[in-house]
Amino acid sequence: MDFANAIVALLNFVFVPATAYGAQLALGALGVTLIYSILRFSNFAHGDTMAFGTMVAILFTWGFQSLGISAGPLPTALLALPFAIAVTAGFVLGTDRVVYRFYRRQRAAPAIYIIVSLGVMFIMNGLVRLIIGVKDIDFADGGRFLISAGEFKERTGLAEGLAIKSTAAVTVVCAFIVMAWLFWFLQNTRTGKSMRAFSDNEDLALLSGINPDRVVRVTWVIAAGLATIAGVLYGLDKGFKPFVYFQLLLPIFASAVVGGLGSPKGAVAGGFIIAYSEVLVTYAWKKVLGYLLPDSMMPDGLAQLLGTDYKFAVSFAILIIVLLFRPTGLFKGKSV
Amino acid sequence: MKKLLLATASTALFAGAASAEEVKIGLLLGYTGPLESTVVNMSKGAELAIKEVSDSGKLLGGSTVTAVKGDTTCIDATAATAAAERLITADKVAAIVGGDCSGVTTAVLQNVAKPNGIVMVSPSATSPALSTVEDDGLFFRTAPSDARQGAVVAEVLKDKGVKSIALSYSNSDYGKGLAEAIEKEFKAAGGEVTISAPHDDGKADYSAEVASLASAGGEVLVVAGYVDQGGKGIIQASLDSGAFEVFYLPDGMYGESLIEAIGPALNGSYGDVPGVEGEGIEAFKKLAAADGWEGTSAFAPESYDAAALILLAMQAGGAATSAAAKDKIMDLANAPGEKIYPGELAKALELVAAGTDIDYVGATNVELIGPGESAGSYREYTITDGKFETVKFR
Repeated sequence: MDFANAIVALLNFVFVPATAYGAQLALGALGVTLIYSILRFSNFAHGDTMAFGTMVAILFTWGFQSLGISAGPLPTALLALPFAIAVTAGFVLGTDRVVYRFYRRQRAAPAIYIIVSLGVMFIMNGLVRLIIGVKDIDFADGGRFLISAGEFKERTGLAEGLAIKSTAAVTVVCAFIVMAWLFWFLQNTRTGKSMRAFSDNEDLALLSGINPDRVVRVTWVIAAGLATIAGVLYGLDKGFKPFVYFQLLLPIFASAVVGGLGSPKGAVAGGFIIAYSEVLVTYAWKKVLGYLLPDSMMPDGLAQLLGTDYKFAVSFAILIIVLLFRPTGLFKGKSV
Repeated sequence: MKKLLLATASTALFAGAASAEEVKIGLLLGYTGPLESTVVNMSKGAELAIKEVSDSGKLLGGSTVTAVKGDTTCIDATAATAAAERLITADKVAAIVGGDCSGVTTAVLQNVAKPNGIVMVSPSATSPALSTVEDDGLFFRTAPSDARQGAVVAEVLKDKGVKSIALSYSNSDYGKGLAEAIEKEFKAAGGEVTISAPHDDGKADYSAEVASLASAGGEVLVVAGYVDQGGKGIIQASLDSGAFEVFYLPDGMYGESLIEAIGPALNGSYGDVPGVEGEGIEAFKKLAAADGWEGTSAFAPESYDAAALILLAMQAGGAATSAAAKDKIMDLANAPGEKIYPGELAKALELVAAGTDIDYVGATNVELIGPGESAGSYREYTITDGKFETVKFR
């Protein structure tokens, strides 16, 4: 019984939240990595693209709610997703046309691209605040829990509860569908193959007749889609606030770099590594140990490796270690 | 520079001696920044007192009073210091109502007010560190120190029979000061604090923080944070994972927006917020209503009292200068004497001029203790059926 309690406590406070957070980071990192490998720059506007996409999804969600359309037990925002992706893709293609294309034609250095994307970031930042405001917005509806902690305790008779939020479940399921689709798309379709060819060697790709404008457009659309999905899932799970999306940029880039910039597999692995390490390294093991150890062996303190205020330090420590010993990341991306 | 200062000082002296003049009071508050929405009514509160005194025509033989505003930004000490410099050297204010946030208030006091000998009365800086700061007798506050709130929190928890708490605080001057006070007082009262861990504001994922808090355990989770910031995230994540069900919410967590965001799960949680009952606050609410705004707005009554105290002290000191006012503030605020409520400033000015002792009660039952800070009165509340319900005043 004690052993079961310990496992449930771990599941509830470590694995469930870290898996949901990891899936959200992985989706964000996929978008970053895709842009990096095909358009060859670090897109700092990605966090705010997520915010923009989520904002559009929220506006559509409100529209649907006022029309009385809902997705039953699922959040209405999922219905709004396709529309939000379309609008965001349109917006992102617009910025490419107005801003990035100019620098692409000039074959600008990556450093210039980064600064340009910073500019785009601030504009999107302001635009989102202007349209929807700076406050917290909770747009999750439908069933709140798959299993709530109280219910779980009642059914199993354990002292520890296990809660799985429906938004967390939706997040993980959606993330895996999207990732599976993306890998299939990149491996098996003509467009996907041309994107990989373009990423591997731009000149050879051009010689073999691949239309670069088309590749760029498709990349932006997919990146916008990934950003919107990641943003909406994150917002459903934790609430929407523009400032928070801006701050998400750091863990997302950490995930992408740890996994190997330019490697989609690496982005997924990196997302989960960062999420798990943030929670695991700062976890206080007191409760779990209390179930497993006899009283005489119980440690006095919280049995915590690092205070939770250091959780960002953890992901950056991993980032530095990876960059020192494997500059190309865990999955052989491009070196940074 | 020295010459300029001397000239400033001498003109101020001459001006003080003259009978009717224009007195300037600086309002040094965070008109922009994290407190910008609260400051709107704080500023109005102070202006209300200033206008009342000015219109009465009884200050120092008919002097008029005007308010000059300066922006502290609440968080940027450099900007606040520059604003205070401007108020004192360019606008030549006689005293300052402000600052608002604890960090900038300390900076302004040390770098500007003290060297220039200007009195500061803050309506809202609550950090315990300001109680022991070296102030040359120039700093006062009509808001209580969070050390006092720590004692109130411990009292409330003890009365509820709570024996162990977990403590999560905002990683800021406010959160840290308050958390330390709560921990000290609760332990002194025989309770156990299982963990005291900070959370950063402006993040969305608090699962790591909640995991640690849950592991440490405790009957109640005390959240010393901000209502629109990390505090809300901590509560949401705790409820979602079933880590805690009852929360203690100190003043920074008091807000309708919390109930709106969390919903019925918050029923049964409780907390405290600075608040008073009685004749003073009722009179102030009427004044504010006549002026077209809500008198219960956070720290607005304190702002009225801060401005009123400064002006009354000038009257008592016989000159519109900080030097004349600084030694009189404590006397006027405390008993004995005739009680003065909001709206009675004209009467108070007359009494002071006639040499009668007054006890300024004001909107917040002002009683200055120790180094010149409000003794503090708190309203204990519980959340029942999605509403804040007052239990009692402490």
